[in-house]
Amino acid sequence: MASNVHVHGGHRAGVETAVEHPYAPRPYVVRQNIQETPDTFTLRLDPRLPGDRLAFQGGQFNMVYLFGVGESAISISGDPTRPEELVHTVRAVGKITNALAGLKPGATVGIRGPYGHGWPLDSARGRDIVVVAGGLGLPPLRPTIYEIFRRRAEFGRVEIIYGARTPKDLVFAEEVRDWITRREMRIQTTVDAAGRDWYGDVGVVTTRLPDCRFDPAKTTAFVCGPEIMMKLTAQALAQRGVPPESIWISMERNMKCALGFCGHCQFGPSFVCRDGPCLPYKALAPLLAVKEV
Amino acid sequence: MNGPRNEAIADQVAHHPFFAGLDPVLVYEMVAKAEERSYDLGEMLVREGRPAEEFFLVLDGKVALEVGAADREVITVETIGRGELLGWSWLVPPYRWRFDARATKPTQVIAINAATARYALAAHPAFAYQFLLKFLPVIAERLENTRVQLLDIHGV
Repeated sequence: MASNVHVHGGHRAGVETAVEHPYAPRPYVVRQNIQETPDTFTLRLDPRLPGDRLAFQGGQFNMVYLFGVGESAISISGDPTRPEELVHTVRAVGKITNALAGLKPGATVGIRGPYGHGWPLDSARGRDIVVVAGGLGLPPLRPTIYEIFRRRAEFGRVEIIYGARTPKDLVFAEEVRDWITRREMRIQTTVDAAGRDWYGDVGVVTTRLPDCRFDPAKTTAFVCGPEIMMKLTAQALAQRGVPPESIWISMERNMKCALGFCGHCQFGPSFVCRDGPCLPYKALAPLLAVKEV
Repeated sequence: MNGPRNEAIADQVAHHPFFAGLDPVLVYEMVAKAEERSYDLGEMLVREGRPAEEFFLVLDGKVALEVGAADREVITVETIGRGELLGWSWLVPPYRWRFDARATKPTQVIAINAATARYALAAHPAFAYQFLLKFLPVIAERLENTRVQLLDIHGV
C-alpha cells in the first residue's frame, strides 16, 4: 500500500487488514450471472480474499469496477444477513453494464463500498410501511424487504406495490410470487401494458395506492424507481396524508468518486453518494419540481 | 328489472363513494334501470365500436381494458377493480365503446342503463353539473395515468 493510506472505517466488517486507499477496489469473483429479464441480470459475487465480507444496509450501493472498462455505481440487491455473498442486479444500458452482462463465472470485478445512506428501516418500527418499486427500483429495496420479513412483528401493516413496463420486465418474478404466497405482507404487481396472458393489474403504480390499507399519519414509505415515478408516487402518498418526512426516495445521479468529493452527483445542496441515495421527500420535493437539476 | 330488487341496487349505487353527496332522489332516478350482473373469467363486458348502452360500477373482480388491431396482438392498457367505475363512452357522442373490456377474474358489476342516466342528467342540469364534477376527476386521473404510461418511464 502507498503511504497515503487510511483505514476505511465502518464499512468493512470482518476484514482486519482493511488498511487501504479509498479508491482501491477489492477483488470479487463472479459465481453466477443470472438473466432476470431480457436486459437485466444479477451477479452473485464471492470475495477473492478469504474471510472478506461486506456488511451493508438495504439501499446502499457499491462502485463495481470492471478492469480495463470502467466503474459504475450499482445498488446492492442481496440479503444483508449474508454479507459473505455480494449480489448486484444490473440493467445493461451502457458500456460498463453491457460488459458486466457478459461476465462468466470465474471472472473478477473490483468492488468499492458500500456507500451512502440506505433505507431507514428502524425509523419505521411500530408503524405501517408502504414500499413502492418501479422497474429496476425493486433490487435496491429487496434487502430491506428481506429485513421486513425477518422483523415482521416490529411493523404494522406492510403494503408493497411493484410495477414494471410489461410482465417480462418484472425482475425476481418467482421470488415475488413466493412473497405473495407467504401472506405476511400485501403485495400488488402491476405493469404498464400486457397481453392476454397476464391476469394481474395494468396501470401505473399510483393506481394501486387507493387499494392499500395503512394509517397515513403512522406510515413510513420507501419508494424507488424512475424519478418521475418516485415524484408522482410521493405526491400521491403525501396527498393521502403520509408526512413528507416519512416518505423516502432513492435518488440516482452520476456517481464517480462515491466519497462526496468530486461533485458529479450533486443534487441541489446534496451529494447523492454521500448524503443519499435514500433521502426524505420533504427535502427533495422542491428540487423534484425543477427541470434538469 | 323493477320492484324491491331494483330498489336495493339503486340503494347500493346511491351509497357508493362515487355518488356520495349527490341528491339521492335524482341518483335513484338516474340508476332506475340498473341491474347486477356477473361475468366469468374471460367474458367480455363490452366490445369496441358497439353502442355504449350502459356503464358499470365494479363490485368485485377485475376488468381489463383492451385495445387491438388486426395487425397486432391485443394489449391491455388498464385494469379496473373493485369499487371503480368503468366506461364514459355512454356520456360522449356517438355513444360507442372505444375499447374492449374483459373480465380477468370472476367479476360482479352493477350495470347502469345509459339512456336512463342521460335522460336524468338532461332533465336536471344542476344535478348533471354535480355529477360531472364527480366524473371529471375520474377521467382526468385516468388521462394523467395514461400520460405517465406513454412516457414509458420504465424504458431505457
